[in-house]
Amino acid sequence: MSLDVDAGHRTRTLPSNQRRHARPPGPRRLLSWLDLRAAPYFFVSPYFVLFAIFGIFPLIFTLWVSLHDWQLAGDKTFIGLENYTELLADDKFWNSVVNTVGIFVIATVPQLVLALLLASALNKRLRGRLVLRLSVLAPLITSVVAVAVVFTQLYGRDYGLVNWLLGLFGVEPIHWQNAAWTSWIAIATMVDWRWTGYNAIIYLAAMQTIPKDLYEAAAIDGASPRRQFWGITVPLLKPTIIFTVIVSTIGGFTLFAEPVMFGSGLMTGGTTGQFQTVAMFIVKEGFRDFQYGYAAAAAWILFLLILISALINFALVRGIGRSR
Amino acid sequence: MMNNTRRGRLLAAVAVGALALSAAACGSDEPPATGAATGAASAPAEKVEITLQTFGGGENFAYDEAVKTWNAANPNVQVKYVNLTDRFEDTYLPQVLQWLEAGSGAGDIIAMDEGAMGLMSARPQYFADLAQYGLDSRKADFPEYKWNTGVNKDGKLYALGTDIGGMAMCYRTDLFKQAGLPTGRDDVSKLWPDWNAYLETGKKFKAALPKVGFVDGANTVYNSVLAQEAGKNGGQVYFDQNQTLIVDKNPGVKAAFDYVATLSQAGLTAKLRSWTEEWNTAMQKGGFATMGCPSWMLGVISGTSGDANKGNWDVAAVPGGSGNWGGSWLMVPSQSKHPKEAAEVLNFLTGKEGHIAAFKEGGNFPSSIPAQQDPAVADAKNAYFNDAPSGPIFAASVAQLSPVFFGEKHAQVKAAVEEVLVGADQGSVKWADAWTRFVEEGVKAAG
Repeated sequence: MSLDVDAGHRTRTLPSNQRRHARPPGPRRLLSWLDLRAAPYFFVSPYFVLFAIFGIFPLIFTLWVSLHDWQLAGDKTFIGLENYTELLADDKFWNSVVNTVGIFVIATVPQLVLALLLASALNKRLRGRLVLRLSVLAPLITSVVAVAVVFTQLYGRDYGLVNWLLGLFGVEPIHWQNAAWTSWIAIATMVDWRWTGYNAIIYLAAMQTIPKDLYEAAAIDGASPRRQFWGITVPLLKPTIIFTVIVSTIGGFTLFAEPVMFGSGLMTGGTTGQFQTVAMFIVKEGFRDFQYGYAAAAAWILFLLILISALINFALVRGIGRSR
Repeated sequence: MMNNTRRGRLLAAVAVGALALSAAACGSDEPPATGAATGAASAPAEKVEITLQTFGGGENFAYDEAVKTWNAANPNVQVKYVNLTDRFEDTYLPQVLQWLEAGSGAGDIIAMDEGAMGLMSARPQYFADLAQYGLDSRKADFPEYKWNTGVNKDGKLYALGTDIGGMAMCYRTDLFKQAGLPTGRDDVSKLWPDWNAYLETGKKFKAALPKVGFVDGANTVYNSVLAQEAGKNGGQVYFDQNQTLIVDKNPGVKAAFDYVATLSQAGLTAKLRSWTEEWNTAMQKGGFATMGCPSWMLGVISGTSGDANKGNWDVAAVPGGSGNWGGSWLMVPSQSKHPKEAAEVLNFLTGKEGHIAAFKEGGNFPSSIPAQQDPAVADAKNAYFNDAPSGPIFAASVAQLSPVFFGEKHAQVKAAVEEVLVGADQGSVKWADAWTRFVEEGVKAAG
């Protein structure tokens, strides 16, 4: 914590033996100690107090609830880890995990690659660069529900634009909600439409911190632009890429609004749960079926899944650029 | 009240219609109803405030006028009418359950949708016994179905009915004409005295207009058949009175399932799920010809189909004559500090006067029989539907309605099994596997 360093620095400027003798005795000494040692903690405490109330407490309380058969306005019995064992054997839960991972992969991989290419294009000298840069951010400031509503209409079975376009090529109308892969594609496009520009802007900002002389030196050595991109840009963007991958992982694993809107506001995610994500599963168990304990256990498993997959992704991404 | 967020739009539409037609019936010379306690509230020593909590969009429970009338007549018992949210299932119900569990926060009177009545019946500890305040004398005012649902598992009366959905069959006169079928509502009602005749009519319709669905989808037909079949099977649906799941054993459930399967496999459905954009668009563009219509659905149709389709829709009787979808109840939580006064207010709101006021204000069809017989309701016509006599049609559909027992997990099982029906209709589940899956999902949902 930077705070510790700062406090330590201030105290350390005084020679230690002098400090010991110069300290006035009694309450003043206590006050001065408080001023030096405790005050910084006091000043940063609002964040940590709020974090404790809205972060740590719910986390611990959820853990506590997850160890019970906890019915809303009903019985509560301590059952230990039974919710977890039941959950790990629940097809529906694993179905939602598979859906979440599936949508995450087909949404995030193209999204980040596209964002990287987009950023690289925007980093060039272009006419109306500012307008272009701002316009890639526009999807981000639209409401996610509005995006989902519009896309859901585009993907409509009987009167949707996408099916009309496909119909021009003789393709039979697709009921996008009906099969897993069609619904995943539809949801992935919603996610990508909204988040590609955001990631592109982050990459762009990082690209602009790369010193120009590196490119000049590379150009003098005869490196092609492609080579420069993979040899200079990507390795130097690595911390930024790691950041976006972790943020996308968290976002992807908690995906909720898009599939809910795509499924007409229901938590079931299609008639056979084709696109029910883990977040939807949790809400369905907790707030439709009123099984709080079971939902809490699912929330904890989701937390662990995010942690694990963020670590895996971190390990994977850390490797990029190394071989080149 | 129907448990749906689109209530706002439908109520707005219903309200316009209802206000227009009941304007003539608005008079203050109406004698006070026997059951209603307008002036009869015993005066408590000090002023008490009764909080009334409801849900729903638009006019929601439409109690503004009724509350005004009560408050004017009872200066010592003032009602505060709070509509908490337009969302029942995902907002109102979880919130109310949390308040009941916490022992504070719930109003002195709370409203509850049909879908949660099984859950509430199984939790008698949270509600006041209304018989203590003499409300058991109201039995004759309600259809048996409505009354019995307000009696909890201990046999105590804890809730009285507000509105009721009833069931009719809405149909497109323009499509019927194209298909060479009669278009007048009496002739159309004669086409389908029972569900078999309805199926046969559908086949004729499909032969003439193969691209148009005869019915929108699986849900309404399933529920209408089920409501009638449940009566033949001891008033049980998914649970018996011991809360044992009987989804696989109840012949009524199987009969309703089989009927939908036949209808769907004959290609008579438009394969639509209610409350989706596709469904709305099909309603506007004539994508299907008939749809099961509870009273509040008239507002959904007129609001969705718009002025361009005025006169294209009409209302006939439902096959088999009875049915219901939706409706609500009022109850007094035992955490209320003034249960006696709350019960008096509840008695007034669910009495003839309260029901009629809500019908005039929001179009909510009364479950109270004296209110149904009042000219304000009995003579009600719906202009959008070619002046169909909506009052008598819906009153008839609930008069013979058999009482149904709702299990504690009725809503969850209902949602889970209907999902399979929709899936089979739309093709994500094979009909050959559908019944097995239907039962499996029901068992899982029952936990």
